[in-house]
Amino acid sequence: MPRALRHAVVLTAAALTATACSAPGTDDARTAAAADSVVLGVSTEPDSLSPLLGYGKDGNSKLFDGLLTRDADLKLEPALAEDLPEVSEDGLTYTFTLRDGVTFSDGEPLTPADVVFTYETVLDEKTNNPSRSELAAVESVRAKGADQVVFTLKYPFAPFAARTVLPIVPEHAAGGQDPNTGSFNTEPIGTGPYVLADWRKGEKLVLKANPDHWGGEPAVKNVTMAFVPDDDVRATRLRSGDLDGAILPPNLAATFKDEADLTTYRATSYDYRAVSLPTANPVTGDVGVRRALDLAVDRQAMVDQVLDGAGRPAYGPLPVDDEWFAEGTERAHDPAAAERVLDRAGWKKGADGVRAKDGRRAAFTLYYPAGDKVRQDLALAYAGDAKKIGVDVKVESGTWEVIEPRMAKDAVLAGFGDVGDPDFGLYTLLHSTEAGDGFNNMPHYDNPAVDKALDDGRRTRDTGERKAAYDTLQKELAEDPGYTFLTHLDHLYVLADRWKTSGADGLNTQVEPHEHGFAAGPWWNLEDWRPKR
Amino acid sequence: VSGATAAVGVAPAARRRLPWAGMARLAARRILTGVPLLLTVTLGVFALAAASPFDPVRGYAGDAALTADQETLDRLAANLGADESFAARWWHWLTSALGGDLGDSTVLRQPVAEVIGERAVWSALLCAVAFAVAVLVGTLLGVLAARRPGGLLDRAVTGLAFTLSAAPVFWLALLAVWLFALRLDVLPAGGLTDSGSSYVSFGEVAEHLVLPAGVLAVSQLPWFVLYVRQGVGDALAEDPVRGARARGLSERTVLLSHALRSGLLPVLTLIGSRVPELITGALLVETVFSWPGIADATVRAATAVDFQLLAALTAFATVAVLLGNLLADLLYGLFDPRVDFRDM
Repeated sequence: MPRALRHAVVLTAAALTATACSAPGTDDARTAAAADSVVLGVSTEPDSLSPLLGYGKDGNSKLFDGLLTRDADLKLEPALAEDLPEVSEDGLTYTFTLRDGVTFSDGEPLTPADVVFTYETVLDEKTNNPSRSELAAVESVRAKGADQVVFTLKYPFAPFAARTVLPIVPEHAAGGQDPNTGSFNTEPIGTGPYVLADWRKGEKLVLKANPDHWGGEPAVKNVTMAFVPDDDVRATRLRSGDLDGAILPPNLAATFKDEADLTTYRATSYDYRAVSLPTANPVTGDVGVRRALDLAVDRQAMVDQVLDGAGRPAYGPLPVDDEWFAEGTERAHDPAAAERVLDRAGWKKGADGVRAKDGRRAAFTLYYPAGDKVRQDLALAYAGDAKKIGVDVKVESGTWEVIEPRMAKDAVLAGFGDVGDPDFGLYTLLHSTEAGDGFNNMPHYDNPAVDKALDDGRRTRDTGERKAAYDTLQKELAEDPGYTFLTHLDHLYVLADRWKTSGADGLNTQVEPHEHGFAAGPWWNLEDWRPKR
Repeated sequence: VSGATAAVGVAPAARRRLPWAGMARLAARRILTGVPLLLTVTLGVFALAAASPFDPVRGYAGDAALTADQETLDRLAANLGADESFAARWWHWLTSALGGDLGDSTVLRQPVAEVIGERAVWSALLCAVAFAVAVLVGTLLGVLAARRPGGLLDRAVTGLAFTLSAAPVFWLALLAVWLFALRLDVLPAGGLTDSGSSYVSFGEVAEHLVLPAGVLAVSQLPWFVLYVRQGVGDALAEDPVRGARARGLSERTVLLSHALRSGLLPVLTLIGSRVPELITGALLVETVFSWPGIADATVRAATAVDFQLLAALTAFATVAVLLGNLLADLLYGLFDPRVDFRDM
């Protein structure tokens, strides 16, 4: 008996200590924390910090600046260039004048030779930059005088200026070493608002404010990017106060809704999910089937049920509120109309409820990359909607290595989304000359009217003409949907409520591309944050 | 049998000289057999990597590969040497590795020696602490449990050990984070130091080491507890122990000098055989706790088919296992007088 009593006392004491420790703590700690430091949890770690291998190619790289940069509305603004480029009449020559007095973080001045070195190294065959083809239009780069850089293009390429957000590296530091494995990959030197203080691979990356930045020293002096791949662990560390902010999936972000000192940011995106419908497949290549599937999918239900509301229906690669979106190309969910389209196209319902035409069943296989829960759920929802109109979609999973050889024949639940210019995402997605070239134009979509609109869109720099071209394209794409566009995803971020940007109450987000996390979220413009108090 | 048990009983009294020559011969023999083993293992890694469904180009380029054109993909394949045969790649790797150059990691964009250099020390620290804790605590609990078989303590310890051995280590890790970092808020949930601090201090590392090392130790603990309990329990029922008790030696001397000494023998073998489990367990624990060790590098090397990094990491893991076995055999030879180094 005394022993049992002793046990009980110990247990009660332990329980009391536990509750005492667990109750308060984290909230007070978060509000009291200094506003000049921030710790952010992201899911992926960059492979390299060298722009020569693709780091920061879409801007917001923190350590570097490009010739141009994008503001909150994704409009181009000058950065290392003192103004937007001068473009020749034929659209083939772009001349940038460099900003005066810009220095790299080692004190050396920025020169046109650094810009030339950066672009030439990225374009070099021996540099393992997987995004090199984004600069395919560049014929040559040369320095002119003491402060100018001239780009000559192979063909008129209207969106070229948007590619010059590419970060500039110093030739004196990055030259003379192998760009693929040299020390510049881990010890970068740039002109950006922050300099690298420490990079402990697999754990975190620490940045310090650059006091000599041409745009002024940032108010947030210490930035830590903690790499936490597991969503649950990231949420846990945010809750414990170890992280100030994190990117989270919708269901976990929702658990922070009632925390007074944390704000949830919802960034809309160009990041879409779509089913590719291969032209070479007799079922998915049939325009009637394509249009019927386009009408049969319940996009809003996918947003609500698969994405927990964190997304919007997609009717094409461009989101509905994009300035390039063609008004009136939204399609209502109308299974009855879909059935009429199939009836008219000659696909008649058989005994098993599946339609057939000329003895061929309306059936095809839809692949999704294994392990991607969102794509899996979208694929299953798609198959469910298709079944209701008599189209039999068999959902299969596989690694990209399994899917790639089948892309020309079988449907794939694909995800893309480029930011900056409609040409970037659309040309490689739809132009017939890109058919089957790597992951470009996976379904071998071939539509002369779309090809012409894409060519017009990149040739002319007149905004009105370009708008007309992309309007035509989106209408043609609605007539012959080579992909069933399903949803654009929203990206969710939860962040301590300690900062604002000047002239605003809080922070904002950009419309984000497919790839996001490190340079996205409310911390896309970290250098402009100001303490709230 | 009686002769051998007698020797065990007498051993603690007689201080023997260490058999250096025998130990050296054993180590030399093991190193010699280790060489062909290492060659086979690394060749096997290259063969497996070449046969794996993962594409090195996609592993290298990540998501960027999914928007790349064919020319870019082909050029990357050529630059990465992905089109060479695995045997040729293995030979290149081997010859340069023997010259001291472990090559460059393609996925991490830096030399392999640098990757291992900056990470191995943290993994080694984690494993060493966890292993030491597991052996010490396991032995202690095992002895306590064996002292009164069937008693309350024995049943509690044994039950706990069986439960823990069935619990996956990543689950234990998440549970520990939830309990100690979230509910009690007494220990940090991850990282090597506080996320906000930019230098490594002893105090912070020690504090951050508690949870990952504790979880790893707990995941290894059941094996040691159960082995020690069984070994000591059996030894307590043997003649020398009864003899010692009959001679009037104190229970403490009987337990520690007689029963524990012979009961620990199976545990020595266990030390060698647990090393591979320890390494794989460490990989999972490191991932959950964002510990900056080799786990993350190993996973990325494997999924990206980074031949150079994968080969080096596998070679190191193999060496660790061989050393673990050698250590176990040396200890066995030292502690068990029935074993002669010449027979091993």
